[in-house]
Amino acid sequence: MAKITYIEHDGTEHTVDVKPGQSVMEGAVKNNIPGIDADCGGACACATCHVYVDEAWLEKTGSSTAMEESMLDFAEGVEPNSRLSCQITVSDQLDGLIVRMPESQH
Amino acid sequence: MSDQPSPASTPKSDHVVIVGAGHAGGTIAALLRQYAFTGPITLIGDEPIAPYQRPPLSKAWLKGEADAEALMLKPDSFYGEHGIDLRLNATAVAIDRAAKQVRLRIGEAIPYDVLVLATGARARRLAIPGVELGHVLELRSAADAEKLKAVLGPGRRLAVIGGGYIGLEAAASGRALGAEVVVLEREPRLLARVACEVLSSFFQAYHEARGVKFELGADITAFEGADGHVTGVRLADGRLIACDAALVGVGALPNDELAREAGIECANGVVVDLEARTSDPAVFAIGDVTFRPMPHYDRTHRLESVANALEQSKQAAAAIAGRPSPAPEVTWNWSDQYDLKLQIAGVPFDCDEILVRGDPAGAKFAVFHLQQGVVRAVEAVNAPPEFMMGKQLIASRRPVARDRLADTTVSMKEVTA
Repeated sequence: MAKITYIEHDGTEHTVDVKPGQSVMEGAVKNNIPGIDADCGGACACATCHVYVDEAWLEKTGSSTAMEESMLDFAEGVEPNSRLSCQITVSDQLDGLIVRMPESQH
Repeated sequence: MSDQPSPASTPKSDHVVIVGAGHAGGTIAALLRQYAFTGPITLIGDEPIAPYQRPPLSKAWLKGEADAEALMLKPDSFYGEHGIDLRLNATAVAIDRAAKQVRLRIGEAIPYDVLVLATGARARRLAIPGVELGHVLELRSAADAEKLKAVLGPGRRLAVIGGGYIGLEAAASGRALGAEVVVLEREPRLLARVACEVLSSFFQAYHEARGVKFELGADITAFEGADGHVTGVRLADGRLIACDAALVGVGALPNDELAREAGIECANGVVVDLEARTSDPAVFAIGDVTFRPMPHYDRTHRLESVANALEQSKQAAAAIAGRPSPAPEVTWNWSDQYDLKLQIAGVPFDCDEILVRGDPAGAKFAVFHLQQGVVRAVEAVNAPPEFMMGKQLIASRRPVARDRLADTTVSMKEVTA
């Protein structure tokens, strides 16, 4: 299990255990953490699971694919550390990961 | 929670009963808890498993790329932990609005203060001989998908009846599993009810290049079988298309009978407003079963999509929990076939012009549907910027510069600049 901390836009923190192999998006949705909508369920089709990856974790979470990049390009409030959380797969290396949520996914 | 709930909000001790534990029903139950609604919630579903995602059943799950656990909306433990009484294998058979009760098939009456109908849609059945044969399948539920998966494999022959999205996704997944696939479509082209000709011919060619065969304008008269199982599909011209299984994907009908019989206003589905409220103020309806306002189009329509189920879950949950109504969303949907990602935004009502951006031969293009120069819908194949910006163009309801939109050297961000 990897501990992941999700921080809502208003600062509310949620730290949960997520099973390796699941995505960072699934970790939020299955624990009913608000702020990640994930309308398409992880098909990289909707850009409603946008998160900001804590700077310290950018290297370990890897880089985004071309599809993800072009979806993100049109999301609200995109920053250099923006990712679609359905495209980050949880592993033991991500134990301690911190992501922050944007104000809105729509 | 807001400090000042609106006067119309539901008292927190109210009992919310949700009929239908699909994507919409499961979502509103979880959203009510996210929105700090503390009253009792009962979620009634006629399937044996907790709410799950249906879209992967014809895509990733069918191909074995997603397991059953990945399909579940929430873990099984979620419902008990959040005070949601999940009643599985339970079928609601009547609503008594005067007594505010839902009656189950087993005879039990469940009282409600607020009722949410999330009963979805069911597959349309063909009225021809042989539909009752084994291996004549449909694809709505996880149980349906299990049956389909069991008959697919190298060398197995699948006949798909209906060239819509479900049929084409199953065809692509069937090919990925090594099955021989033939698609039989009554209309002269694929996706005839839902997409334009550019898309129809593109998908047909893409599937043909991957070994799928098509029979267009096919008039099916019967399923024929031996030992109780289907062995072929008989056409009006006398030919028999041999198969080991047949998947029927010819559209869906709203499960609105409970509402109709209770005297709640229905048209093509249960009529609701933008709070997902029906003609009875104590009854909401969400998802595929609804006939709903389409604020970007000034009309009403029935949608079958996850995006619709989620939007209406938010509308009803906000109304029940006393939150402000969410802003209307541009409806959208998607389909995965082979390495293609099709993303659709809007609905092409009353369009007078079709504009293609990009080259279908390169499998990266978008079809924009315009009405008097305003983008009303877009179908984007492997083209996320066109989809994402298309949604914004639809919401803006302003005419677009056609020459710039058709010119791929102008980026989608610059089209509207």
